[in-house]
Amino acid sequence: MDWLAEPRWSPYIVGIGIGLLSCIAFLLSNRPIGCSSAFSRSIGMIESLIRGKKIRKKPYYQKFPPVIDWEWMLVIGIVIGAFISAKLSGTFAFQMIPEALNRQSDSVSIWREHFGNTPFLRWITAFTGGILMGIGSRWAGGCTSGHGISGTLQLSVSSWLAVICFFTGGAITAYLIFLG
Amino acid sequence: MLEKIHSQKSLQLLLGLLIGIGFGFLLQKGGVTRYDVIIGQLLFKDWTVVRVMLTAVLTGTLGFHLLKTANLATFHLKPGSIGMSIIGGLIFGVGFAVLGYCPGTVAGAVGQGSLDALFGGITGILIGAGLLAAWYPKLSRSILEKGYFGEMTFPQLLHINTWVCVAAAGLLILGLLWFLRDLPPISSHV
Repeated sequence: MDWLAEPRWSPYIVGIGIGLLSCIAFLLSNRPIGCSSAFSRSIGMIESLIRGKKIRKKPYYQKFPPVIDWEWMLVIGIVIGAFISAKLSGTFAFQMIPEALNRQSDSVSIWREHFGNTPFLRWITAFTGGILMGIGSRWAGGCTSGHGISGTLQLSVSSWLAVICFFTGGAITAYLIFLG
Repeated sequence: MLEKIHSQKSLQLLLGLLIGIGFGFLLQKGGVTRYDVIIGQLLFKDWTVVRVMLTAVLTGTLGFHLLKTANLATFHLKPGSIGMSIIGGLIFGVGFAVLGYCPGTVAGAVGQGSLDALFGGITGILIGAGLLAAWYPKLSRSILEKGYFGEMTFPQLLHINTWVCVAAAGLLILGLLWFLRDLPPISSHV
């Protein structure tokens, strides 16, 4: 069972696994794998805790009611699955600053190399990026899983268009941040 | 038989959780829950994300259309428009590079102990999703409906047979993977 303790698997094996898992989701649950609508439902639940049930009347929460559904459970599952994988390979570690992959060598992570060790700087950057990601994913109607895998594999036009824009916007921004 | 499984609510929630566990496990083993791997891809220095995604889409395209032909799966297409897919996609892209995770891998990063993903990423995405919900009525009339084309597949758009399109997409992806084969990282055991 050494392969379960490997820190990294071949990207091709992982890709085939995700493709098969996606087929299982269509077959057994009649649903595409996706993640971002779970965030809409969650913030809807938080809003209704604070401001009462009236927020359920918002048009967006009529489309995505703030309740626990299949996709919400999927996102919880991702946290658990990644935890099991990281524990089995001994790579689980609490980190506020992203570390380099290969911790045996003295290679420095891209973040550390450019921005150093200040936790607040990493937090505020991740928070800002998160806000943009929350807006963009729900604006486009899906994320790297919902559009990028489940949509593209159905040969959906909207999903291929969205995923090309995800990576175009991402590459230009990353270039401006790290190389510009 | 399948309809019976699909209609059982608690069984479906359990299946969602189990499929999520499998998905999170694979994402972490693939290395794509790591900030460096995602940013490395956006800088074209590490091709792991593209390799994982293209292989998943290749496998999934074949599998889904086989299931579809056997009447074991149905389409779940997302509607699209120029305003939705391009503008939303580009905003997503900016967030992708600033955060260094996406909505699925941010959850996986939390599972491996990345606190920037938990305190920065998750809270940010929640607030962003809440802002979009608040803006939605205005946005949908002004921008989201611009250039609307709805739920559409490439076989419909190009008026070609589905299996011809599946074969073309499959060959295109295989060709891309072959073309990228010498780019870093070469070995999966980084």
